[in-house]
Amino acid sequence: MQRVGVFVCWCGSNIAATVDVKAVAEALKAEPGVVFSTDYQYMCSQAGQDMIKEAIREHQLTGVVICSCSPRMHEATFRKTAESAGINPYMVEIANIREQCSWVHKDIPTGTEKAIILGRAAIAKVSLNAPLTPGESPVTKRALVIGGGIAGIQTALDIADAGFPVDIVEKKPTIGGKMAQIDKTFPTLDCAACILTPKMVDVAQNDKIRIFSYSEVEAVSGFVGNFDVKIKKKARFVDETKCTGCGLCTEKCPQKKVPNDFNLGMDMKRAIYIPFAQAVPKVATIEADYCNMLKNGKCGVCAKVCTAGAIDYKQQDEIIEEKYGAIVVATGFNPISMEKFDEFAYNQSKDVITSLEFERLTNAAGPTAGKLLRPSDGKHPETIVFVQCVGSRCDACNEKGKEYCSKICCMYTAKHAMLTRDKYPDTDVYVFYIDVRTPGKNFDEFYRRAVEEYGVHYIKGMVGKILPEGDKLKVRASDLIENKQINIDADLVVLAAAIEPDKSARPLATMLTASMDTNDFFTEAHPKLRPVESPTAGVFLSGACQGPKDIPETVSQAGAAASKVIGLLAKDKLLGNPCVAGSDEMMCNGCSSCERVCPYGAISYLDKEFRMPDRTTKVRRVAQVNEAVCQGCGACTVACPSGAMDLKGFKNNQILAEVDAICR
Amino acid sequence: MKVSYYPGCTLKTKAKDLDFYLRKCAGVLGVEVEEIENWQCCGGVFTTASDEIATKLSSVRALSEARDKGQKLLTVCSACHNVIKQTNYQIKNDADFAARANNYMQQDVPYEGEAEVVHFLELLRDEIGFDAIREKVTDALKDKKIAAYYGCLLLRPGKVMQLDDAENPSIMEELIEAMGATPVVSPYRNECCGGYVVLDDAKSAEKKSTAITENAKTMGADMIVTACPLCKYNLEKHDQSIPVVYVTELLAEALGIKEGV
Repeated sequence: MQRVGVFVCWCGSNIAATVDVKAVAEALKAEPGVVFSTDYQYMCSQAGQDMIKEAIREHQLTGVVICSCSPRMHEATFRKTAESAGINPYMVEIANIREQCSWVHKDIPTGTEKAIILGRAAIAKVSLNAPLTPGESPVTKRALVIGGGIAGIQTALDIADAGFPVDIVEKKPTIGGKMAQIDKTFPTLDCAACILTPKMVDVAQNDKIRIFSYSEVEAVSGFVGNFDVKIKKKARFVDETKCTGCGLCTEKCPQKKVPNDFNLGMDMKRAIYIPFAQAVPKVATIEADYCNMLKNGKCGVCAKVCTAGAIDYKQQDEIIEEKYGAIVVATGFNPISMEKFDEFAYNQSKDVITSLEFERLTNAAGPTAGKLLRPSDGKHPETIVFVQCVGSRCDACNEKGKEYCSKICCMYTAKHAMLTRDKYPDTDVYVFYIDVRTPGKNFDEFYRRAVEEYGVHYIKGMVGKILPEGDKLKVRASDLIENKQINIDADLVVLAAAIEPDKSARPLATMLTASMDTNDFFTEAHPKLRPVESPTAGVFLSGACQGPKDIPETVSQAGAAASKVIGLLAKDKLLGNPCVAGSDEMMCNGCSSCERVCPYGAISYLDKEFRMPDRTTKVRRVAQVNEAVCQGCGACTVACPSGAMDLKGFKNNQILAEVDAICR
Repeated sequence: MKVSYYPGCTLKTKAKDLDFYLRKCAGVLGVEVEEIENWQCCGGVFTTASDEIATKLSSVRALSEARDKGQKLLTVCSACHNVIKQTNYQIKNDADFAARANNYMQQDVPYEGEAEVVHFLELLRDEIGFDAIREKVTDALKDKKIAAYYGCLLLRPGKVMQLDDAENPSIMEELIEAMGATPVVSPYRNECCGGYVVLDDAKSAEKKSTAITENAKTMGADMIVTACPLCKYNLEKHDQSIPVVYVTELLAEALGIKEGV
């Protein structure tokens, strides 16, 4: 029989307001095996932990039940406490009476009753607990960064700086991401390329960093410290080792009608191209769908002009397999499609553009060489209307947009408006807003400069409709402060489209078994205290894949993710999770059910010789669990028809004991 | 195929063309249109007063008759379509309203939203198919540039009407294209014509209507097509320089079956 101690936490008023904690401690005292039961205001505090340690020693406890918050919050804390008092950390059970009880119930009698039941179940379980010892696994000292935008670049540089090798996988032909497309950066207005491209060069020159550009992660298996990753290097039909990036092919290619995605389709590129002058790696890529040679075998101009002999029309996709100790997700964001926002006439008029398109229109390397000209007729726009929150902060029931604030739009719109007035003082610039949100260092000062020094007309209210008429865009909007409808004849309208996670994020999350929220942003392990770690061990988050972020914030988070990776890679060995599956060979009939359901490939089969009761021997096929690979999900224990498979720490009889205790 | 048909009062007076050509086109396209027996005025406007019930009973009556026959209920006037469709939606989604309406009606079988309301445009798109129309049309409308004008009642509230995307509709443009003409997309196509406001504040209605016709002309349209008698009235009253025709009339012309009314 275990000697069980019960510790009921108040969590300030979080639990105590809806659960009579004293009554819970009192009721649980009568449970079989319980020799000590008490309550305390904050069990996780130093004083609370000391109390637990003292009780373990004084009452020679062999099992501990903590009635408190979710085990995700403090299970590790209390396991450490128990361990320091000399008992096995896996002899601790948590009864979650906060998230699953006090927070969801409103009255004390119900809350108290449920807390007692949950406590009872935990006591029943801990009575059947056995001490467990975690195994050790080695750490592969190499990190993988998925995504080569500013987030991925900064993370990779910081990890490499600590001396660990890093690979960047980028799906586009060059690293640089969205920041490479941006013209100027707020609030200091330094040019994005001037601060980004040196970092890109640093990445290229760092001998610890390898770049897999035009590549995608194909499969991930393994676990923290020991990930096995398959990377698909898409055929770019150019030998990266030979291409010198001279660009001759991109000038001679006769196929000139390829929409240039780097300029968001506002101009054309050739079928063989280098996305922009400072691309890293500076290697040409062939757009297979447009290349005459690849489509019908008639052309071959690029191969003829290439002095390095780098063109290879027969190049195939290549799969690279590599081991990593840690994975950083830095897949970034995209503006949402404006297709469903036709009240703003985005599909009807070329002169209604998104803010990212505006960046390209004002960028010296953009389609108009930095001159702000209307896409429809190349004329200088005299009246420009900016619309904020297009698709951001939408109603939950409105399927067009996103509920959240995209965070960066207020600042970049202020930047666009200010720069327009600075370069073209003859233009009239209007900004329509719901709120102007500018928290951030020097952000509000920046916005006020746009209003006060540059005379940008900020109007509180939303644009209801944009009506193209002739060469004008009739903007109909409400002015909430003057409480009237206003009509503006604009030449150019810029929509601050909401941002959303990149489409590649969802399949990647599945591969990594990393969790996501309803908007497909990656979820952090704790919103305040573990913001750069995913709940999946060994997977870290960097940049806008976790939520909308501007550049300063992205860079800080990138550095934070890198430091977590460095902390992990600096270890030689990792302690595993001892709560893994195990098979009772005497009961196993080798049916393969468990192997089929195991998502981690942790189960294999072995032909083993058994001595039978009649003194003969017999060879039987039995399941074996690789404990280093098993994640303890328990799928196999459910699938096993003979009951041979069991999960340590969550044995079938423990679960049944819990159910019995609840139903008692 | 046989459908129950709810014409509405305007189609018996001001908008006879809309009704006449609907029947003609339906005949050519193989749809048997059966005018329901006891229809009354739809009320013209779907009231948003939450305790109002009497004005919606005519819709419930029409709907139950279609339900009893096991047919879809065809409408063409935008106002009637809007009122009947919204009433049907309320019956389905508001149990309290359904109970009260059925109490008034005292029918043998209470009406619970079983009937489906289809607008003539939906019938063309979903039942007959624009491809089938494309095969039947003559080249009467060739070289015509036609602006579709939807107005508000046909599309909104979008969640209830479900005819098309309320901000970016395309059903009429697709029909125009199928009829062999060139659609002109006007950004004013889903703006309000002024509606009944014309009775109370003619100036406002004039402003709304002329904005629509002016834009259609600027965009190069030869004519405007609509399904709504009130829209046609407002547009024609305030601007005589561009013809406004009913969608049924235009279809009849395209099918080569248009003759004097």
